[in-house]
Amino acid sequence: MMITAEKLKEMQDVYKTAVSLRLEKNDRNEQPTVFDVLICGGTGCKSSGSKEIQRQLEYELAARGMLDKVHVVQTGCHGFCENGPLMIIYPGQFFYCRVKPDDAGEIVESHLCNGRPVERLLYYDPVDGKPALTAADVSFYKKQKRIVLEHCGRIDPEKIEEYIAVGGYAALVKALTEMTQDKVIEEVIDSGLRGRGGAGFPTGKKWSFAKNAESDKKYIICNADEGDPGAFMDRSVLEGDPHRVLEGMAIAAYAIGADEGYIYVRAEYPLAVQRLKIAIQQAEERGFLGKNIFGSGKDIMLHIKEGAGAFVCGEETALIASIEGRRGMPRPRPPFPANEGLWGKPTNNNNVETYANVAQIINKGAAWYRHFGTAESPGTKVFALTGKINHTGLAEVPMGITMREIIYDIGGGILDGKKFKAVQIGGPSGACLPEELLDLPVTYDSLTEVGAMMGSGGLVVMDETTCMVDVAKFFINFTQSESCGQCTPCREGTKRMLEILTRITEGGGSESDLELLEILARNIKQASLCGLGQTAPNPVLSTIKYFRDEYEAHIKEKHCPAGACESLASYIITDACKGCGLCARNCPVHVITGKVKEKHCIDQERCIKCGTCYTNCPFDAIIKE
Amino acid sequence: MKTVSLTINGIVVKAPQGFSILEAARSAGIYIPTLCYHPDLVPEGACRMCIVEGSGAKTLVASCMYPVEEGMIVKTNTAKVREARRMVIELLLANHPKNCLTCRKNGDCELQTMAADMGVRTHRFDWGERKIHTFDASNPCLVRDQEKCILCGRCIRVCRDIQQMNVYSFANRGFNSIVSTAFEQDLSKVACTYCGQCASLCPTGAIVEKDDTERVWEAINDPGKVVVVQVAPSVRVALGEEMGMEAGSIVTGKMVAALRNLGFDKVFDTNFSADLTIMEEGYEFLDRLTKGGVLPMITSCSPGWVNMCELKYPDLLNHLSTAKSPQGMFGTVIKTYFAHQAEIDPAHIVSVSVMPCTAKKAECVRPQLRDSGYQDVDIVITTRELGRMLREAGIDFRSIRSVDFDSPLGYGTGAGAIFGSSGGVMEAALRTVADIVTGQDLWDIEYTEVRGLDRTKEAQIQMGDKEIRIAVCNSLGAAQKMMDRVRNGTASYHFIEIMACPGGCIGGGGQPVPTNMDIKKKRAEALYKIDEYSQFRKSHENPDIKTIYKEWLEQPLSKKSHQYLHTTYGRQKR
Repeated sequence: MMITAEKLKEMQDVYKTAVSLRLEKNDRNEQPTVFDVLICGGTGCKSSGSKEIQRQLEYELAARGMLDKVHVVQTGCHGFCENGPLMIIYPGQFFYCRVKPDDAGEIVESHLCNGRPVERLLYYDPVDGKPALTAADVSFYKKQKRIVLEHCGRIDPEKIEEYIAVGGYAALVKALTEMTQDKVIEEVIDSGLRGRGGAGFPTGKKWSFAKNAESDKKYIICNADEGDPGAFMDRSVLEGDPHRVLEGMAIAAYAIGADEGYIYVRAEYPLAVQRLKIAIQQAEERGFLGKNIFGSGKDIMLHIKEGAGAFVCGEETALIASIEGRRGMPRPRPPFPANEGLWGKPTNNNNVETYANVAQIINKGAAWYRHFGTAESPGTKVFALTGKINHTGLAEVPMGITMREIIYDIGGGILDGKKFKAVQIGGPSGACLPEELLDLPVTYDSLTEVGAMMGSGGLVVMDETTCMVDVAKFFINFTQSESCGQCTPCREGTKRMLEILTRITEGGGSESDLELLEILARNIKQASLCGLGQTAPNPVLSTIKYFRDEYEAHIKEKHCPAGACESLASYIITDACKGCGLCARNCPVHVITGKVKEKHCIDQERCIKCGTCYTNCPFDAIIKE
Repeated sequence: MKTVSLTINGIVVKAPQGFSILEAARSAGIYIPTLCYHPDLVPEGACRMCIVEGSGAKTLVASCMYPVEEGMIVKTNTAKVREARRMVIELLLANHPKNCLTCRKNGDCELQTMAADMGVRTHRFDWGERKIHTFDASNPCLVRDQEKCILCGRCIRVCRDIQQMNVYSFANRGFNSIVSTAFEQDLSKVACTYCGQCASLCPTGAIVEKDDTERVWEAINDPGKVVVVQVAPSVRVALGEEMGMEAGSIVTGKMVAALRNLGFDKVFDTNFSADLTIMEEGYEFLDRLTKGGVLPMITSCSPGWVNMCELKYPDLLNHLSTAKSPQGMFGTVIKTYFAHQAEIDPAHIVSVSVMPCTAKKAECVRPQLRDSGYQDVDIVITTRELGRMLREAGIDFRSIRSVDFDSPLGYGTGAGAIFGSSGGVMEAALRTVADIVTGQDLWDIEYTEVRGLDRTKEAQIQMGDKEIRIAVCNSLGAAQKMMDRVRNGTASYHFIEIMACPGGCIGGGGQPVPTNMDIKKKRAEALYKIDEYSQFRKSHENPDIKTIYKEWLEQPLSKKSHQYLHTTYGRQKR
């Protein structure tokens, strides 16, 4: 059977009815008789019990004989993970958060039977205290532009019918039936799409290298080895809209002339793996993947390869080694994978988010895509907001938006009203940016200019209680333990950096340590074999650059301004002491003295800074400095 | 081949396309320092010593792997490059024991040389943690001291790519990275053949041969012992390197004189027992050929190869010639025939052999090799160990006057000499077998088709009306390919020579370091030169061989021969 755009449209029309409630604008005045209840089935919401909510809801519906009227759908991630488990009810797009299984009865009774939304489950804005009735009213979503996450949270990721209903696979059919390989590549080049995995290499250009490489066999790889601390956008896309990634891969495979591909996904993402497996099977059954796709004579076979948890396997040559069954270790480039990749054959490798952009570019054209973002960094970027921020979650924003907008408008500002100190972007390869850079527009190039990088898009927000030396130590510890161990600068150099940072945080740093750190960093960046080592010193260099005073306080004054470094903290008993003697009794080294009902005193020389007195004082009379 | 032209340090260099920057530079006489790179191995670009600045690259690049490009501008000695190289050395030294002066590799250590050459004069990181490992001295051949390992991966590559035994691999990450055997077991617990190629390529003292020189000194100094030594064919063309001479120097007479000088009571030539091996093995081959025995018959001189066969192809052990190795035969002969002739109680004999080989140390303790009633060979030392003994004894090797081996049992033919090079056993056997088959004293005795350092060689030899199909393999990688063919029946040869080490014994795991294929080639050429100038070039013409058969063994494959000169094999389970 030869598929055409018309035939796909016919399929789409058939499946559309199933999702029509979610697609159409509804009239709120009329009490609807049928509903779609969308329950978030992303990893976050699932682990806070969304499956039980679904079960309870279906029980309540069955009890009232309403199962035929209410369509309960388990979707992928909605992004607003902080407030999960999330539920959206159509028509009306009513947005419920922090739902519990026990709420099911009330939701059915009040909302579905009587048309009265359950107000206590609505989202209340922390700033003005007003409830948001629909998802569109939630401040978290207002500034977002969802292209990649378009269907995440709107469709059932385990049903290909729903993906087709919302326009899925139209781009693949268009590419295969109406476009030449070169035309597809040209479109992607014109769109300006850049690799969303970190370095931001132009995607279309990368494809053209693989296309131009002569070979009887080529491969396509999707890098889903998301490893940056705090990043989970790829997981969410795979869990929420797996077909979108498959479609992007299939288009890329067609463009470069590959007939086989691998999705390299972390084994720690079982849900993503499961949904990918289902998606591949369904796509093969429908003829979107497999042998002789729609009679075009083209084969596109996709396999899943589960990674074993090595961060370095996100580096493309290590990833390829791992697929081949070897230890995941990078090799020097050239040759680049576009010429000699998997099993020595030309291979194109992009990450999940990059592929997830492709279908829309083919469907709507490069010019449409360029409406979003900046000239050099067009489109959107999905960020994972974590750390000391009110709205933890996933946000997709147009490139060029400022960090301030992301953190304050979307992220809802800093937790507990504390003061912002820094935002870490780009994971272990990235940097910590200070407050004065909050108005920096977020693009690949602007971030590189300030010593950071886009990375996969993890944003870790830090407040005044975070010590920047400690943060640098955390990231160097991460890269040191994840270094493949092959090249000397990365293996040995990051170890020495870690040791220096450790002694600074413990009060043993000397003034020459900063210089030594910089020398090490410079050489590790220049001489390391792969991207992991070449970028590993960035968190240290950026914190020295923007927070040098904090380093100096640790070294010269043996003081941690953020009060985070335990070894440098001093515990002092204030006048609020009532002389109860609890601290003295609890002190493991017996260095607190004082008479009953009189102010006690800590012998600072002998104090081991364990903090027991501080945490147990019933009168909060002990302070940490 | 297409050539590209590039500029290195301002000099225009032409190099074939596909060359690395390093190869191009070295061909133009520009030296770039290296550590993990070895010309015999596939480069991996890991140590980062050979980094250079190359136009178009954002960071420094590993010249051992970066391909030359037309018009490329390379700088090998900029401030940036030099700082990074010193940093690499400093970082390696920070995690390395500081006992260089008492290290086995003191003077031969590539890390030491690099540190000196790069002008590293400080230890800015000597406060840092250093990795702690236990010592592996579990086997009779090799000692691993991982604290000295700099993770260059040469051992992994030679064992994986050339020997294909895959004994080593990288394990763990970051600072905890190690070169590990399976589950970090001792070498004696994994499928290691003790070929010692890892030791011969290790740039530091992390893998070395087990040192048995003290035991030799003890025996020599014991007035109650008669200390007898035999020297393998390939030692005489390599020992010179240990003593500061050119690769390929033939030092037979000096070596004998030096051994006497050390205090050995008798100095015998393993070339003699190589001839003896040819007699037994040659007749065994003819026997198998004419009586429908198991073919192809495969040589059994190389203990690394025998270990591999016992480990991985135990079902094919009946293809191995039952003839002992030359070392094994000599061991028995010394404690039986020689002891009897010289009227010495074999209990008082200490039989030492000097071998190019680490696996020989394990061979001599095989329970099968006690046909004299004692352990036939008591101590095996390698060429490197002999070099150390000579240096310690202060022997002026350059000026020492050449002398002959002790006689009898001290004469070997040219056929015995070429045992030391890949193809040599085959060629020696063919010389004897051809004479027997044709019944003539053939003049045309150089079988050049089996010479050379190719890993696998094959030929068809016409002997009278018989066509003999033969193959020669060196390296365990080539051996495994051949054995897979033997197993599946596609190796239609009559006779196969297999040597465990690349190039044969001249490339043995106990030979002088540094080594590479060019050096091995020179050693092999020297052996063929010895053969060319030999009075006798066929084993069966060796007068000492004739005597020993007349006085003792009667004839090849006789009952006595079987009792003393043949052996058995068995599956090794590890």
